[in-house]
Amino acid sequence: MSTANVKQLDTHPLVELKNLSISFGGIKAVDDASMELHAGEVVGLLGHNGAGKSTLIKILSGAYPRESGEIFIDGNKATINNPRDAKAYGIETIYQTLAVADNVDAAANLYLGRELQTAWGTLDDVAMEAEARKVMGRLNPNFQRFKEPVKKLSGGQRQSVAIARAILFNARILIMDEPTAALGPQETAQVAELIHQLKKEGIGIFLISHDIHDVFDLADRVTVMKNGQIVGHAKTDDVTKDEVLGMIILGKCPENAIPGPGAMKPE
Amino acid sequence: MSENPANKGPALAENEGAFTKFLRATEIDSRLLGMVGALLLIWIGFHLYGGLVKGFAAFLTPRNLWNLSVQTASIGVMATGMVLVIVTRHIDLSVGSVLGFCAMFMAIMQVWILPDILGLGHPMIWVIAVLSGILVGAIIGAFHGYLIAYLGIPAFIVTLGGLLVWRGAAFMLARGETISPVDQTFAKLGGGPYGAIGETASWMVGILACIGILFSLWQSRRQRLRFQFPTRPMWAEAFLAIVGCSLVIGFVLLVNSHPWPKGIVKKEIAAGNLEPGTDLFISHGFAIPVLIMLGVGIAMTFLATRTRFGRYVFAIGGNPEAAELAGINVRWVTLKIFALMGALTGLSAVIASARLNSATNALGTFDELYVIAAAVIGGTSLAGGLGTIYGAILGAVVMQSLQTGMVLIGFDAAIQQMVVGTVLVLAVFLDTLYRRRSN
Repeated sequence: MSTANVKQLDTHPLVELKNLSISFGGIKAVDDASMELHAGEVVGLLGHNGAGKSTLIKILSGAYPRESGEIFIDGNKATINNPRDAKAYGIETIYQTLAVADNVDAAANLYLGRELQTAWGTLDDVAMEAEARKVMGRLNPNFQRFKEPVKKLSGGQRQSVAIARAILFNARILIMDEPTAALGPQETAQVAELIHQLKKEGIGIFLISHDIHDVFDLADRVTVMKNGQIVGHAKTDDVTKDEVLGMIILGKCPENAIPGPGAMKPE
Repeated sequence: MSENPANKGPALAENEGAFTKFLRATEIDSRLLGMVGALLLIWIGFHLYGGLVKGFAAFLTPRNLWNLSVQTASIGVMATGMVLVIVTRHIDLSVGSVLGFCAMFMAIMQVWILPDILGLGHPMIWVIAVLSGILVGAIIGAFHGYLIAYLGIPAFIVTLGGLLVWRGAAFMLARGETISPVDQTFAKLGGGPYGAIGETASWMVGILACIGILFSLWQSRRQRLRFQFPTRPMWAEAFLAIVGCSLVIGFVLLVNSHPWPKGIVKKEIAAGNLEPGTDLFISHGFAIPVLIMLGVGIAMTFLATRTRFGRYVFAIGGNPEAAELAGINVRWVTLKIFALMGALTGLSAVIASARLNSATNALGTFDELYVIAAAVIGGTSLAGGLGTIYGAILGAVVMQSLQTGMVLIGFDAAIQQMVVGTVLVLAVFLDTLYRRRSN
C-alpha cells in the first residue's frame, strides 16, 4: 500500500465500530461499544478475562452476528455476516484458540478457504507449499516441518502458522487476539518485530491482550473494556501504565483519556 | 540431488533400521502395509484351513477371488463415500435402506414404467434407469444433509430415521413384491459371464492402468523438481513402478484365468453366438462392477486429495470451528457430502440389484454396518479428520474376505456374525494402539 493511499484513508478511519451490542442468554457481552482504527495504527484492546474484548472483535471478524450497531470501513457502511464477508473487506484474524485444522499440514492451513488451483481446477499443492515456505521463512526461519500435520508442531510453530495465514493475503486490517500467549520470549520478540513491519506497510492492527506491558510497547492507542462496556480510549504517550491499570481494574478513566460508557462515574 | 538419498535428513538416517529407511524413501504408509499384511493373512489362513481341515482348499483360486471382487463392489463403492461422512464426524446409518429404495425405484422404472413408454428392450432403458436411480439417491442424501447441516439434527438421528423410513418406503413402492427380471443390459452391471469384459479388454485396462501409474509417478517427480522439493531416490521410484505394475498385471492374469462355465459356452454355441468348435476356455476378464468400484475409487481419491471440496472435508473433520472461521461454508459442504453419499448408494443399488437380476425388499439390509465397518477397518477415524479412500476399499475387501472365507469353510451364519463383529472391534483397537504409538 502506497503512502499516498494511507494519507487519503486517514481522512476516514480505516475501521469504525459504532454502538455495537451483543448478548448471550440475557447477559450483555458487548454493550454499546464504539471504537476506531486508522491505517498504520496499532490499537491495543485491554481488559480482564470476560471483559468482552474477544467478543467485540469477533463481531468485526464475522464470527458472531451483531445485534445492534454499525461497522464502517473506509467510511462506508459494511455488511459483515460471516467470516467470508470479513475477509472480503481485507479483515484477517488470528484467534486466541489459533483456529487451525490440526490434521492437515501448514500449507493447507495457510490457504484454507482460498486454495491455489491449477488450470484444471485441482489443488496446486506444490505451489501452495512453495508460497508457504516463503512466508514462513519470513516469520520463523527455522521452520522446516511442512509435510507434517499441524498437530505435531510446537505451540510457537502453530502460532507462526496462524500468523502467516493472516498476513499471506495482504490484509488491510489485522486482528490479533492474544498473539503471544503461546510463545517464548524469542518468538514474542519476533511477533513484535512483525507488528512494526506490518504497521509500516500501512496495515491497521487491533491487538488484544491482557498483558499491559506487551501492549504499551507496541500500541499507539489503547482502548479498555470492562463488563462489556468501553471504559475509555487513550494514547499510550498520554497515560501511564498505572493509570491504564486503574482503567482495567476499577474502570476509572484518567484525565488524558476519552471516557466511554463504561467509565466510573465521578462521585 | 535425487540420486543421493543421503540428502534427506542425514542426521536421522544413521539411527534408523533398513526397513524404516525403505518406508521413508518410498513414502509408503506403514498402516497400508499392515492392512495388506492382515488381508494376506486372512486369505492364506482360510486357504490352509480349507485344505488341512476340510480337505478342500478353495480360497486362493481364480474362481473364488473373482467372485470375491464382484461381491466387494457394492460395499466398496459406498465405503468410499462413508469415508467422507465419517471424516466430518458424522455417520450415515441409512445407506442400506436407501440402497433398497433406489434399487426398487430403478426396477419399477425398467420393468413397469419405461417399457410402456419406450417399448420393451429399448436400448435407453438401462441408461435412464441407472441415472434416475443415482439421482434419487443423491436427492435423498441431500435431504438428509439438509436436515443435518441446516436444521442441526444430529446425523445419527437423521439417518437412523432414514434407515426405517426408506426401508418402509421401498416396501410401499412395490407393495412388497419382488420385481424381476431387470433389463438385460442393466443386468450386466452386476457381473456374471455376460457382465465381464473378456480377456483382450482386460489386458487393455491393465496396460492403461500401468501407463497411468508410470505417468503419475513421473508427474509428481516433475512437480517436485519444479519447486526443488526433495524427491524420492531413483531406486524407490523404480520399486513403486514395478510393484504397482506387477499388481495390475497379476490382477489381469487372475481375472483372465477364471473361465466361463462350460454349460454357458455350450449354450452359446448351440444358440449360434459362438463358432462351433471354439475353445471351451473363455476368460471372464474384469467384471464390470469391479471396474465401476475401481473407477469410483480413483475418482473419489482424486476428489478427496486434489480438490478444494476434499480439502474442506478434511479441514472440517480436523476442526469444524477453524474451518468456519477460515471462511468455509461448512453447512453447504456437509450437505454436498451427504448428497454424494446418496449418489454412491444409488450406484451401489445398480450393482446390487443387477447382480441379483431383481429388486427385493430386503436388498441392502445391514449394508450400513458393513460399509461403516469397511471404512473404519480401513483406517477412518470416528473422531474425524482421518481416513483414506483406498483404505476403505481395502477394508471392504477384508470384510468380504471374512464372509466368503467362512462360507467356504462351512461356518454357521451365527458364528460368521460373531467373527465379523469381533474383527471390527479388534481392528479399531489395533488402530487406536497404532495411533497412540505414532503420536
